[in-house]
Amino acid sequence: MLDQPLIPVLLGLVVVATPLLLVLVLGLSSLFDRPLQERTTGRCVQLASWIGLVASLAMLAWMLSTGARYVPIEPGNWVAIEHGHSHYHFEFKFVFDRLSVPFVILTFVLCGTIGAFGTKYLHREAGFNRFFVLYAFFLLGMVVASLAGTIETLFTGWELVGLSSTLLVAYYHERPAPVRNGLRVWCVYRVSDAALLIAAVALHHLRGEGDFSLLAGQGWPYGQAGLTSNEALFIGLLLLLAAAGKSALVPFSGWLPRAMEGPTPSSAVFYGALSVHLGAFLLLRFSPLLDLSIGLRVAVICVGLVTVVFASVTARVQTDIKSALSFASLTQVGIIVVEIGCGLRYLALAHIIGHACLRTLQFVRAPMILQDYRNMENAMGSRLPRLASTWILLLPDRGRDWLYRFALERGYLDAILTDYVVEPVLRVFRWCDRMERLWTDGLSGGSSRESDRVQPGAIGPIEETL
Amino acid sequence: MNHLHFAWLEAAILLPLAGALAVFRMRNPIQARQTSVLFSGLAAICSIGAWQDFFTLHAEVANDRWDLVSQICGARYLVIDEFSAPLLPLVALLYFLTILATLSTKLKRFSFAWTLVSESIALATFSTSEPRLLIVLLALAAIPPYFELRWRGKPTTVYALHMALFVGLLMLGWHFIESEGATSREHSLMALLPLLLAMLIRNGMAPFHCWMTDLFEHATFGTALLYATPLVGAYATVRLVLPVAPDWILRSMGLIAIFTAVYCSGMALIQREARRFYTYLFLSHSAQVLVGLEAATSLGLAGGLSVWLSVSLSLGGFGLTLRALEARRGRLSLAEYQGLYEHAPALAVFFILTGLASVGFPGTFGFVGTELLIDGAVAAYPFIGMAVVLAAALNGIAFVQAYFKLFTGTSYTSSVPLKIGSRERFAVLSLAALILGGGIFPQPGVASRHHAAVHILDHRYNRSGTPHEGVHQEHEAADPRNSTPLAH
Repeated sequence: MLDQPLIPVLLGLVVVATPLLLVLVLGLSSLFDRPLQERTTGRCVQLASWIGLVASLAMLAWMLSTGARYVPIEPGNWVAIEHGHSHYHFEFKFVFDRLSVPFVILTFVLCGTIGAFGTKYLHREAGFNRFFVLYAFFLLGMVVASLAGTIETLFTGWELVGLSSTLLVAYYHERPAPVRNGLRVWCVYRVSDAALLIAAVALHHLRGEGDFSLLAGQGWPYGQAGLTSNEALFIGLLLLLAAAGKSALVPFSGWLPRAMEGPTPSSAVFYGALSVHLGAFLLLRFSPLLDLSIGLRVAVICVGLVTVVFASVTARVQTDIKSALSFASLTQVGIIVVEIGCGLRYLALAHIIGHACLRTLQFVRAPMILQDYRNMENAMGSRLPRLASTWILLLPDRGRDWLYRFALERGYLDAILTDYVVEPVLRVFRWCDRMERLWTDGLSGGSSRESDRVQPGAIGPIEETL
Repeated sequence: MNHLHFAWLEAAILLPLAGALAVFRMRNPIQARQTSVLFSGLAAICSIGAWQDFFTLHAEVANDRWDLVSQICGARYLVIDEFSAPLLPLVALLYFLTILATLSTKLKRFSFAWTLVSESIALATFSTSEPRLLIVLLALAAIPPYFELRWRGKPTTVYALHMALFVGLLMLGWHFIESEGATSREHSLMALLPLLLAMLIRNGMAPFHCWMTDLFEHATFGTALLYATPLVGAYATVRLVLPVAPDWILRSMGLIAIFTAVYCSGMALIQREARRFYTYLFLSHSAQVLVGLEAATSLGLAGGLSVWLSVSLSLGGFGLTLRALEARRGRLSLAEYQGLYEHAPALAVFFILTGLASVGFPGTFGFVGTELLIDGAVAAYPFIGMAVVLAAALNGIAFVQAYFKLFTGTSYTSSVPLKIGSRERFAVLSLAALILGGGIFPQPGVASRHHAAVHILDHRYNRSGTPHEGVHQEHEAADPRNSTPLAH
């Protein structure tokens, strides 16, 4: 890092350090039970967004003026172990290139906008401080994931985004529904995280490290991955699984409408704009892998196409605006994934940026939708036309009914995952629990579990239970 | 043999014992707590002193300055080395913080005197590498929880049976090991199998783990916590099994540990009561530590040792948070939502923080250790090692599910304030500082653990004359005191 020009290094460090500083300020004040005032929090958020955005734009300007296409920021090895034949490097590396710079600028623009919107929207809410602490974590996660130059760095950002998203879905946590949905989101994210972690470990074993420059070259999108076709297929499928979880691609699409339980600002920026595109971003980052395996490209295109069909059908029968918008988002994400599979990388990047901005606007306007419709109809002097699709009219009645039910039940995806994946696993463990009970009861010569007597909701006599 | 500048080890062991003698005579529980805090605090200071003193010596092994024990017994029983150096203050800190965070509601249930006795035994255990003394101390450590169960009128059969089996097999196994030559690596199944079974029982590996769930069911939370979280079983495995066991034994233990890690993480998912949930979460994590230890490669072992520190700190803090909640609400059901967030937001934050640290979340001490561990596990058991990732994922789901059940989902009305107390806050903040500090600056901790791993493996393979991973090749050991960033 010391042999690089000073200006880009400083700008890069500012871009990364700003959200980190915001996390420290908001997080530590909460940890010590001294939350900041609303106005102070709002100012901190705005300041962080502006500084980060200006530094990102300055970096872009510097890169354009000098013709630099790849600016790595390497603070050095976070952990380095070197002993005999065993080498282990754990490096935080940030890369400014044609993929990360637009994405990080988009992140600061949208997060800044939503930060300003959120301070008004959540004014005097009991969870105001909690929202912005999680928001800060989300912003940090997005910036780190966007600029990641190694798979470990990407994983760090990925995890931060996942946790903050989950807790924001469960923001209204005095009701069970948001909490249940938050847990659903978390479950999908953990599967996604596990896939990414396995991919990282596999990369370490195949290449000795997880640096993207060695894996995909230094000139996105034209890099060449130094892997064999089969290795690329194996790692690529893991990454596709990770991307599918994070971007709610089929079969994990069920979490996206559930995420709308959170407050509108988080729904807008996270699930309508940034979080939902993170999977697509991952595929873009690893797009040189796709060139090595036709099977992998086919898999990516298929997942994208299935998601497009599923989401566009499902979006048409939603009865609330946020769900309709979430499936509309998913349709576009599916198309973006298909574009990536087809090798149209710049188109996919432009599509992400345009779609994220449009969808954020639609989401923040969502609470005003009835007012907007009323204004439009008043201006027109008539009701808005509701036209049925000609394609639907071609279907027989029974087919139409089936399709309607299918869409209304969101493709039965949640039910299938619950009934055929989650429940069988839980049944096996419940059976094991019963066997353990028999074993300990048998040894004890009676009931061996005090926990069986713990009544839900009832406060047991403390002297008895401690 | 290098000498420390003071008799830190003996002081750390004897102080809690002296405290116990003083507390046994006390009738006033508040006075007993204050005295216990004082003596366990002094023991913690001495153990930190031993660690720092050892660190400045730049030695592989050291013992106390005057070493009264060796003068009396004629052998060097108490030693500190790279492996045990950070474990001593860790154990002392866990005892000190648990005693400190004991609320008034628990004063009559939680025996401070026996806790101090247990602390003394635990510190002695972590201060010795002499097998016979270690076996005696492991046997002694099992006694205080047994008496507590007896005094409280709880069933003791499950615990007593498992512990008796553990001690019996350990003695039998070591007897055969010694009769075949303790320095040899060629041992019969007659010697190895009892030793292996003993370690599986003490470490709570499935299907020998039921004593652990039973202990958490019936003992006070504090006692069970302190018996489990220092991972004494793992220490015994490193000291007794690793030097003498052939690779196939380690591989077998590793596979059982991987199975346990996944099995217990799944079991944690379905529990309907907080203590049982915690026990399975702990068992899953301790099994992951074992996976690293049995990988028998320097990176895998370093991962295991790093995760060991992380698990003890994070699950210690996690347990203290649950214990604090129990002190307010009694035994905690996970069958329905409790909605405690608004009453105890600080506890909710610590619950999340310690839970995340336990699953190796980025920014916590366990992050790099978990990566190393998974790397080592995959290297040792290709494909099967990936199951560790599955266990980590399930543990993550289980802990967030528990968080939601305990802190959210409903509005709870309390007639008394449930906010965190100052002593509890100090305890959990101390652990949080260590967890986050180790997460932000992981190099010293990980390098130190890697250094210890190399020494353990050197010791293991020098006995057999079998080389490993370049230990006998020219190398530059990663010295935690002067490690430098490496250029790719």
